[in-house]
Amino acid sequence: MQSLHIVTAYDEELQYLSKRIAAMGGHAERMVDQAIAALVGADQDLARKVVGDDTVLDDGQREIDDKAILLIAKRQPMAKDLREIVGVIRISADLERVGDLAKNVAKRVASVADGRQPTSLFRGIEALSDLALTQLKEVLDVYASRSVDTIGFVRDRDDQIDAMYTSLFRELLTYMMEDPRNITSCTHLLFCAKNIERIGDHATNIAETIYYIVTGEQMPVERPKGDKTDRIVIQADASSK
Amino acid sequence: MIAVQAFSVLSPLVAPLAMLGFVIAAMALPLQTGRADMDHDASAQGGILPQLSAEHLAAAVTEPLIVFDQTATVVHANAAAISIFGSITAGMSLPLKFRAPEMQALIEDMLTGGVSSLAIDYVEKLPVERVYRVSASAIGHGTGLYVLVFKDQSEARRIDRMRADFIANASHEMRTPLASISGFIETLRGPARNDPAAREQFLQIMQNQAGRMARLIDDLLSLSRLEMKSFHRSGVRVDLRNVVESVIDSLAPLAKDSGLEIERNFADGALEVPGDRDELYQVFENLLENACKYGQSGERVIVSIAPSTKGPEPGIDVTIRDFGPGIAEEHIPRVTERFYRVDVETSRSQKGTGLGLSIVKHILTRHNGRLSIESELGKGAAFTVHLPTN
Repeated sequence: MQSLHIVTAYDEELQYLSKRIAAMGGHAERMVDQAIAALVGADQDLARKVVGDDTVLDDGQREIDDKAILLIAKRQPMAKDLREIVGVIRISADLERVGDLAKNVAKRVASVADGRQPTSLFRGIEALSDLALTQLKEVLDVYASRSVDTIGFVRDRDDQIDAMYTSLFRELLTYMMEDPRNITSCTHLLFCAKNIERIGDHATNIAETIYYIVTGEQMPVERPKGDKTDRIVIQADASSK
Repeated sequence: MIAVQAFSVLSPLVAPLAMLGFVIAAMALPLQTGRADMDHDASAQGGILPQLSAEHLAAAVTEPLIVFDQTATVVHANAAAISIFGSITAGMSLPLKFRAPEMQALIEDMLTGGVSSLAIDYVEKLPVERVYRVSASAIGHGTGLYVLVFKDQSEARRIDRMRADFIANASHEMRTPLASISGFIETLRGPARNDPAAREQFLQIMQNQAGRMARLIDDLLSLSRLEMKSFHRSGVRVDLRNVVESVIDSLAPLAKDSGLEIERNFADGALEVPGDRDELYQVFENLLENACKYGQSGERVIVSIAPSTKGPEPGIDVTIRDFGPGIAEEHIPRVTERFYRVDVETSRSQKGTGLGLSIVKHILTRHNGRLSIESELGKGAAFTVHLPTN
């Protein structure tokens, strides 16, 4: 992976960008983890901390954009270098979105804490976020190791996330049917689940970008199935059983 | 733009690496030992120690150890580091692999701060929670190299968490049988005092409930123990054919009682994976027991072992297929969660604790394995365990 340019400053600039991506990635992983911990433990202080932390990712993305554009202007990169720089811009945008989604989950902690829902729901959300975080971790690990031959796992995991999300969706609808007083907190939880599912999608985007950086080709198209929540309908009488 | 291929990153470092030998050895000594004493000790040992290869020494250290240079590029990672953190190759950028904010700060401070050593606590959440005390030190002696050593402290942390989790999980699940037992005790002392028939019936129910509590405690303890065990790959290989065969033997009476025929469909050749035999035994025992309990109506259960055809790495698939009622699609992704039950009544009547599949999943995560579940309502369910062969 190591290849050197005549101008060593160029290498340093490229390396700086990838280190910034890793730092952003670390922050995003931490924010998601803490947002879910805050949600499950109804910990409002932690939730406030997560909301505050989001500026780190916003600043990170802005800095990477500036540096990357400056680098393109100054060094006129070609081939792999160009892909690397464009990739960095895309990945930082995805990571910034992951931070926004984590922040959104954290913001809902107070509203969910008002009406306590069954623990099984929170276990489901935890399991969903474990899947999404594992996905994010593995993808960022590939960014470090550049071994894209194992990147197919991303699609497997994406299917699992979709299946889990669909199941949670159904369960939340059932609770809302049972008792209208659940609707407020269940709706917030529904958005939380959706946010986590989106985090998985961003991880998949990052995987595709990395594949492109390393190989110069688009990741082979293999249409993921997607979640099935668009077709879920629960009839009122079905909720009683 | 001209790019030239660099020479091997390692070659200019071979000499300083050899020098690392006694420095790393010194790290094993108590921290209070001064640098001067270490140098003295080394020279007192004669000519052997300075010539010791740092790589050999690093390999002998059982804790993960990573040597890196001034640009935070990995120079060497020992076998323990690779076995725990996955592939770390020379030339990889260290902060790309360890992205947690505190690790980033540690590496940054080490490289710019001019201090000789720092230490932080570092938590890895996935795939299995691990807590490390990470210390970074400058190797000095003109090498320009630094070393990270990870000390596993997961056990202390897990014991704390286990206590909290155990209480949270157990209190909820214990309350139901406990409430029913105390209700019957009240009845036996009051209205049913002189009714032998009712007494016999109530005592039977109480015994069942007590049995349920005992099973629950067994499973909770077994899960907690697994979570506490340190995460270490020993390299011992387990013959899956042998494990599965003994599981089938031990469950033969249950299968017979349920009116089930267990069919074997084992592939030829070596069917070995690295792992812990007892833990894998528990995986197949739980899965086959489930198949016998919930697949009664299917009259047969097929156990097959075959080299895996899909998946990124070579592995072996063990599939346990029953022909019972199957699992509805919306429940499939959830069944490995603690206390998640597809049907509370059936689970209770089959003496399920709601923890069996959690245990399975936990063990498989520790083995780098996967569990996939396929099912169609009315046609039975297939639980496939995928274990990597290396």
